[in-house]
Amino acid sequence: MIDPLFLAEAAVNGLLLGGVLALLALGLNLIFGVIDIVWIAYVDLVMICMYAVYFSVQVYGWPIWAGGLLSVALGVVLGLGVHLLIISPILTSAPVNQLLATGGLLFFLQSFATFLWTTDHRSVRLALPRLELFDMPISVARLIAFVLSIVAMLALYLFLTRTYIGTAIRAVSQDREAMALMGANPRRVYLVTSAVGGAMAGVAAALLIIQYAVHPFFGAAFGPITFMICVLGGLGNMVGAFVASFIMSEVIAVSGVLWSTEMGYVIAFVVFIVMIFARPGGILARRG
Amino acid sequence: MGGRVLGGLLLAALAVVPLVPMAGMREYTLHVLVQIFIWSFIGGAWSLMGRFGLTSLGHGAFLGLGAYTTTLLWNFYGLTPWLGGVVAVALTGGLAVIVAYPCSRLAVVGHYFALVTLAVSEVVRLLIIAERDWTGGSLGLTVKAAGADSVLALQFADKRVFYYGSLLLWLAGLAVWSRVDRSMARSAMEAIGEDETAAASVGIRVTRFKVAITVLSAALTAVGGIAYAQYISYVNPDTLAGIGVSLRIVFAVVLGGMYSLLGPTVGTALTIALAEALRVVFGLKFIGMAETIYGLLLILFIIFLPAGIYGTGRQLVRRRPPAPAAG
Repeated sequence: MIDPLFLAEAAVNGLLLGGVLALLALGLNLIFGVIDIVWIAYVDLVMICMYAVYFSVQVYGWPIWAGGLLSVALGVVLGLGVHLLIISPILTSAPVNQLLATGGLLFFLQSFATFLWTTDHRSVRLALPRLELFDMPISVARLIAFVLSIVAMLALYLFLTRTYIGTAIRAVSQDREAMALMGANPRRVYLVTSAVGGAMAGVAAALLIIQYAVHPFFGAAFGPITFMICVLGGLGNMVGAFVASFIMSEVIAVSGVLWSTEMGYVIAFVVFIVMIFARPGGILARRG
Repeated sequence: MGGRVLGGLLLAALAVVPLVPMAGMREYTLHVLVQIFIWSFIGGAWSLMGRFGLTSLGHGAFLGLGAYTTTLLWNFYGLTPWLGGVVAVALTGGLAVIVAYPCSRLAVVGHYFALVTLAVSEVVRLLIIAERDWTGGSLGLTVKAAGADSVLALQFADKRVFYYGSLLLWLAGLAVWSRVDRSMARSAMEAIGEDETAAASVGIRVTRFKVAITVLSAALTAVGGIAYAQYISYVNPDTLAGIGVSLRIVFAVVLGGMYSLLGPTVGTALTIALAEALRVVFGLKFIGMAETIYGLLLILFIIFLPAGIYGTGRQLVRRRPPAPAAG
C-alpha cells in the first residue's frame, strides 16, 4: 500500500512539472499554429540554450538572471536561424519533407552537442532554502520555475492579444489565405512567430536547467511528450495546450510513483493515443 | 529493354560479390551489404505507406516488436525463430490494426497520424526498457547462441549465408512493392491519399484499404527487424524501437525517393555508406562528428533535392526526348 503522502507529493511535483511542460508546449504550439510545421527539433533548441545557461553561470560565474537573459537572446537567434535557413526554403514542400528537415536538425544538434560537450550530465546548482508544506518537501527551484513559467505564459498571452503583430499572428493561425488578402505580410508574421517561439525555448531552458541536468539527449527525453501535449491540446490551441500540460504531467508524476518512471511515460502516451481517438481536435475542441 | 538488362547485370554482380577475392576486406564488405539489404527492405516496407501520404513515425514499434518477440521466444522457450517469427509478425499485424483502424475511422491524418504513430513507437521502446527483467532494459539482449551453425536457430558463423539470405529478402521486398504498384489497390490508395471523402464517394472502402496497407507494411517491417536481430544476434531498444530508428528509416526513404521501386534502396545504401565512411574517417577521435555531418547533409538533401536522389535522377533522365523505340 502506498502512503497517501507520497501520492500527494507526486501530485504537487506533477503540478510543478506541468508549468514548465506548458511553457515548452506553448512555444512549439505557437509555431505550429502559425507556420503549420512541427519543429521536431524544438526541445533540442532548448537543450542548446540550457548549455548556454550552464556555461555562463557555472563556468564563467555570471549571475543566474544574466544567464537567463542570454538564454532568451540565444533562443531568439536560434528561432530566426531555423526559420530563415531551414524552414523558408521548404515552406511549399510536402509536409513529410518539412518534418524531416527539422528531424535532420535534431540529429545535427544532438550529435554536435555530443561532439562539443560529450555526454556528461551538467547541472546548475543554486543555493536555495528548503521548503516544507504539510511535511512534504517542496523543491524551491521547481516552485520558482513554475511561477516564472506562468508569468512567461501571461506575457505571451498579452503579446498575442494586446499588440498589433500579436493579433496578426493569431489571424494567420486562423486563416492563412485570408490574412494575405487583408494585406498583412506573412513573411514578417512568420519571422516574429519564430523569434517568439525561440524566446519561449530560451525561457524554458533557463527554468529547466535549475531543476534538470542537461545532456545532448535532453531533447529526446522531453521532445515526444511536448509534441503529445500540443496535439492533445489541439495543434495551435494555446489554452488547450496549457490544460493538456497539466493532465500529462500529473499522469507522469502519479503513475511514476505507483509503478516506474518508464511506465509513467507509457501511460501518458497511451492516454494520449486514446484521447486523440476520443477527441481528434484536442481536448478543448468544440464538437462539430 | 535497357532496364531489364541492367537489372540482370546488377543482380549477377550482387550474386558473385561473396566469391570475389577481397583479402581482409571481404567480411567488412559483406557486413555493409547485408545491412543495406535489410534496411532497404525495411525502407521499402515503410514506403508502401509513405507514398500514399500515410507518414508513419511508428515503424520503430513494428521493428522492435518483431525483433524482441522472436528473440524472447528463442531465449526463454527455445522456440525456433521460424515459428517465433510467425508469432511476431502476427503480433505486429495486430498492433498495426489497433493503430490503423481507429486512425482511419476517425480520420486521423497528416501531422496527427505522424504523431500518433510516434507515440506508439515510444510506448514500445519504453515498455521494452520498463520490462528489464525480461528484456535487459536499455542494455539490450543477446540472442542465445545455438552453439553451431543451425538452420533451425537461424544462426550461421559464415557471413555469406546471411548475405544470400538478405539478398533474397531484399528481392522479395521489391517483388511485393511492384506487386502493390501494379495492383488496383495502388489506384485506390492514391485516390485516398489525394482526397479521402472523394475516394469514399466513388465507392472506395477507405478504412479497409488503409488498414490493409498498414498491416502489410508493419508485417514486412517486423520481418526486417527479425532478420536484423538474427544477423547482429543482439537487440537493443534504442536501435530497434523509438523515434531515432523511425526517423532513420523515413530519412533513407525520402532521401532516395519514395515513389520509385529502387528509391528506398538507393537512399538506404547512401545513408549507410555515408555513415560508414564518416565512421572510418573520424573513428573514435571526434565522437559525434560523423553524426553531425550526417544530420547536416540530411537537411541539405531535403532542402535541395525534395524528390529524393533517385527520383530527381529519374526526372532528369525522363526530361530527355523519348527514344523512337520505347521499351
